[in-house]
Amino acid sequence: MIDLAQIVKQRYEAGLIRFRGLSQTWKQQNWAELGIETLIRGAGISTIFIVGLIFLFLVREGLPTFLDIPLRQLFGERWYPTEGYYGLWPLIVGSLVVTAGSVIIAVPLGLMTAIYLGEIAPPWQREILKPLIEMLAGIPSIVLGFIGWMVLAPLIQDLGAPTGLTAFTGALILAYMALPTIISISEDALYAVPKEYRDGALAMGATQWQTIWRVILPASRSGLMMGVMLGIGRAIGETMAVMMVTGNAAYIPKLGLDVPFSPVRTMTATIAAEMGEVSQGSLHYNVLFGIGIVLFLITFAINSIAGRLIGQVVRRRGGQL
Amino acid sequence: MKPQQVQRLAVGIITAAAAVVVLPIILVIILILVKGMGAISWEFLTAAPRNGMTEGGIMPAILGTIILTLGTSIVCIPLAIGAAIYLAEYAGNNRLTRWVRLAIINLAGIPSIVYGLFGLGAFVLFMNLGTSIIAGSLTLGLMTLPVITSTAEEAIRAIPQEFRVVSQSLGATRWQTIRHQVLPHAIPGILTGIILGLSRAAGETAPILFTVAAFYVPDLPRSLSDQTMALPYHLYVIATQVPGMPMSIQYGTALVLLLLVLSLTLVASLIRSRMRRRRDW
Repeated sequence: MIDLAQIVKQRYEAGLIRFRGLSQTWKQQNWAELGIETLIRGAGISTIFIVGLIFLFLVREGLPTFLDIPLRQLFGERWYPTEGYYGLWPLIVGSLVVTAGSVIIAVPLGLMTAIYLGEIAPPWQREILKPLIEMLAGIPSIVLGFIGWMVLAPLIQDLGAPTGLTAFTGALILAYMALPTIISISEDALYAVPKEYRDGALAMGATQWQTIWRVILPASRSGLMMGVMLGIGRAIGETMAVMMVTGNAAYIPKLGLDVPFSPVRTMTATIAAEMGEVSQGSLHYNVLFGIGIVLFLITFAINSIAGRLIGQVVRRRGGQL
Repeated sequence: MKPQQVQRLAVGIITAAAAVVVLPIILVIILILVKGMGAISWEFLTAAPRNGMTEGGIMPAILGTIILTLGTSIVCIPLAIGAAIYLAEYAGNNRLTRWVRLAIINLAGIPSIVYGLFGLGAFVLFMNLGTSIIAGSLTLGLMTLPVITSTAEEAIRAIPQEFRVVSQSLGATRWQTIRHQVLPHAIPGILTGIILGLSRAAGETAPILFTVAAFYVPDLPRSLSDQTMALPYHLYVIATQVPGMPMSIQYGTALVLLLLVLSLTLVASLIRSRMRRRRDW
């Protein structure tokens, strides 16, 4: 049956046969068919509208931020909304410190775990480890935040930090939230490297590690990059866990070795913590939406770059296999 | 160092890294299980909170999460499957398709708190729905849309091209082919995507903060325009906002939420592995 299908497919693709029944149906203007097709197309295209709508509503509520507050003050160092100071800089720095910390932790760990799963682990270990990592992806962020708050923060305080609620605590929790994304996309990228590459390198006398380092990693570069980008995107947008464990202090930490161990406040946590207390239509309310615009634009940029990488990965794979 | 030594060292480090990733996951799950088990009782699961939430159960929060998850599925499943069919079956290789793909990637990447802002601006205020189950479901539904769309698209794409060619060669129209030859085989994969997407929605806190979640409502919601409690927000509230909360109730709530979400994940992966075994092409 499959053979017959193969033959039909080949001839169809070569243009040797046409499906008369099909084209006739189109000519008959089958209304039901047309209606369903329109619905399906509508559903597809609506995704573009939804992104547009989200941006539109953020701008609608957040625009006064950028009109009413002088840019100089907006990038100032003081975030005291009750006294009319809306400097976003401490919040941006807070988000950057926590995200950078989580990237430093999660990227090496994630890539190495992906290499372990894809290249080193025997099948029985893979059967156990993969569901576990899927499980980590499934744990709600609030539960991880809860563990950070109940267990990790006291632990870090015991290690000698003045408080357990620090940028480092947030970075650690965020790293584990970004890990499943990084691991699964990177592992897919490693898997997509043709088997011939491995066999070729090993046949020439390379060790397994030389094969991984010199052949497989370079060949899967864009896929790995995509995993890292999406992981960063996930980390920068995380809210609840970060709000619970970073201490929420809206000032710029003094530069020094103890930066990771000082409390910070991220953009996301600021929105979540303060939106409940502002009156709608006030400037403070508008500024919180303004922060939303900044977040939207940052993640939009990151994901658009990652989206480009997807195109590259697919094209390359298509060329090779 | 000899290449063989480097090899041994590298494998050692990589194995250690994998252990560092996996062990905390196991520890966290065991910790919540052990500390939360004690709180779980019939009363905890079926009664409303009492005495400033320090006694009684968490039933309104459990029910609220179930209602919100159902609402989410009503909002997003038709749209997500439509978009998936479009991308897998109808979309040509053109600029519009690239835009739709870009939109889906970006929808998946928008922070959940930004969805919350959008829900507040669009549904609660602009559409005047108020903080209500319907506003919360719409917000969560849009957030879940890209997750389900991309898994469903993959499931539809995995159906061999021969099915379509043969069906159309027998005179079936495009939609008849999709409806009778493609979708039936893709259903398990689509179902996996739906369950995974919903399990994420059930555990989310940020999108419901300003759109539906209530600090404390002992009564069950009577209509779609009521507020409701929800498990993730309830966990946040009792962990950080209520002083003197008994530990067992906190861990118990975390355990119930974790079990709810992980059992959905488990069902999804069971469907997936069964589907892989049954596949006959």
